[in-house]
Amino acid sequence: MQTAMLFIRAFVVGGLICDVGQLLIMRTKLTNARILVLFVVSGVALTALGVYKPLVDFAGAGATVPLTGFGYSLAMGAIEAVNRYGLIGAFVGGITRTAAGITAAVVFGLINALVFKPHAKP
Amino acid sequence: MSRAGQQTFVYDRPPAIAAHASIVGPKEGQGPLAEWFDTVLEDDLLSQKSWELAEMEMVRRCVLDALNKAQLPSEAVQAMLGGDLNNQIIASSFAARTLGMPFIGLYGACSTFAQALVIGSALISGGYLENAACTASSHFCTAERQFRFPLELGTQRPPQASRTATACGCALLTAEGEAPLRVTQGTVGRIIDLNITDANHMGAAMAPAVFDCIAAHLADTGRSASDYDLIATGDLGWIGRNLLLELCAAAGLDMPADRLIDCGASLFSREQDTHAGGSGCGCVAAVSCGWLMKRMEQGELSRVLVVGSGAMFSPTSSQQAQSVPGIAYAACIERKD
Amino acid sequence: MSRQPFTPDQYHELVSKLTPSSRMLRGYWRAFWVGGLICAVGQALTLWADTLHLGEVTSPMFTTGVLVFAGTTLTGIGVYDRIGQYAGAGSAIPVTGFANSVAAPAIEFQREGAVMGVGARLFTLAGPVLAYGIASSVVVGIAYWLIRGWVL
Repeated sequence: MQTAMLFIRAFVVGGLICDVGQLLIMRTKLTNARILVLFVVSGVALTALGVYKPLVDFAGAGATVPLTGFGYSLAMGAIEAVNRYGLIGAFVGGITRTAAGITAAVVFGLINALVFKPHAKP
Repeated sequence: MSRAGQQTFVYDRPPAIAAHASIVGPKEGQGPLAEWFDTVLEDDLLSQKSWELAEMEMVRRCVLDALNKAQLPSEAVQAMLGGDLNNQIIASSFAARTLGMPFIGLYGACSTFAQALVIGSALISGGYLENAACTASSHFCTAERQFRFPLELGTQRPPQASRTATACGCALLTAEGEAPLRVTQGTVGRIIDLNITDANHMGAAMAPAVFDCIAAHLADTGRSASDYDLIATGDLGWIGRNLLLELCAAAGLDMPADRLIDCGASLFSREQDTHAGGSGCGCVAAVSCGWLMKRMEQGELSRVLVVGSGAMFSPTSSQQAQSVPGIAYAACIERKD
Repeated sequence: MSRQPFTPDQYHELVSKLTPSSRMLRGYWRAFWVGGLICAVGQALTLWADTLHLGEVTSPMFTTGVLVFAGTTLTGIGVYDRIGQYAGAGSAIPVTGFANSVAAPAIEFQREGAVMGVGARLFTLAGPVLAYGIASSVVVGIAYWLIRGWVL
């Protein structure tokens, strides 16, 4: 039962965060790239304001999987690294905590370019 | 009289359309006009290494197809006039390289085919050319990566966006000949810009230019819209066509809705989910060379005004938040009986 | 000489009147269920990672890594663009969408060569995300350092 609740919370919160993006797509003329940037920077800002951490505790992957969660990891990484290394930590923490995601995207992206060819949209 | 009014050429020696050919891609080949096209491709890539080379090959095949029908060797062609949507119109110029014809490269975005007809006919009528191959092409995959996004990117298109047609058309004009169709007049439009900045909404950007060109043509020639069996715009899409009808109504220009068709809105059915319809240089070229000219030859239509329209923006101008100017050219095609 | 019956402002009004708007409810529903589903899959991966005893820091990295792999592979086989056309933000906002934005230009520009084609274009969409994400995290880190200095 507890596990089921975990999934329901992740599903609902993740879906709602995506709907905020859908609102921006349908109601504004913002390009996709701008929406993605807006989401990451909002994630960083909300984490700094202490709003996003409770959401992550509540919804788990529902809050970490959307791009705002990427911003959350960046900001949390920077704050934790400042605790550990002082000022220089601000330059270390964000990238360190998100390294796996970024590296995976770059490496798998490159492998994709070797393996696959572009397809025409139907 | 080789000129009427401010903007219109009246050809003293109206060139004959000796032959015409059309090629479309697989998706276009599932649309309502499929049976009218000479060739429907099964493979977008035409066994080439890149989309750009595929588009070039499509142009080459289309021009050769038209020459074959007219039984004219390619060495006898005195000029190829054409263009496409690629930067520096590489599809047309690379095709011209292979074909070895004297080449006049044109750019009018989606209006290029009408532009080629207007200029080619003037050169023939003036005695500078005996014949000319007028062509225009577009390819969904080359246009998409240049103007919008990579093909595999998961983006949603807004309802006003159009789909660039994979298509090419070629009309071979000759000074002499018994062919029934003639290009009798051509109108050169002005660039009109009513400050539409949404580069997805090309129909809205171009409709005022199309209206201006049609109004100029009718004023210059002293005709009315009902003197034409069909006025074929390309490519406003169905939203742009509605806008054009509104513009005509507001200006008091009588435009019978049943005689106004749009090539982009006709190429695809609504079920094909192309939103506003087809666009791209090749759309109006293939629809004119396939559907319209064949219907004229069958005697169903005897006077058609082909109005090609172009959205004259580039990725640079739209990233710099400039508006999208429109242009249109009109070519009057008549059946000689 | 202008023949236009409308001023630009009047014309813009006409354009918005005649342009159909996106089907809103359908759009929200699709984004919601696809986005939610991707997050639920992420949740399943996190639970799986917990059973592998990867540790508190590496466990979320495992989830992200697997989702990114799925996103790039679905891009490569030509499926992700169709999901995106259906779901809009539902597939663009999750980290799989970030993976798609890296893989799509990499595949598209392979014909422009390995360096300036694939290598450079890889970051056309991801570049801005990383640039502003990293820069803002540095700002947060510095601000935190300053505040901590005052408070303690």
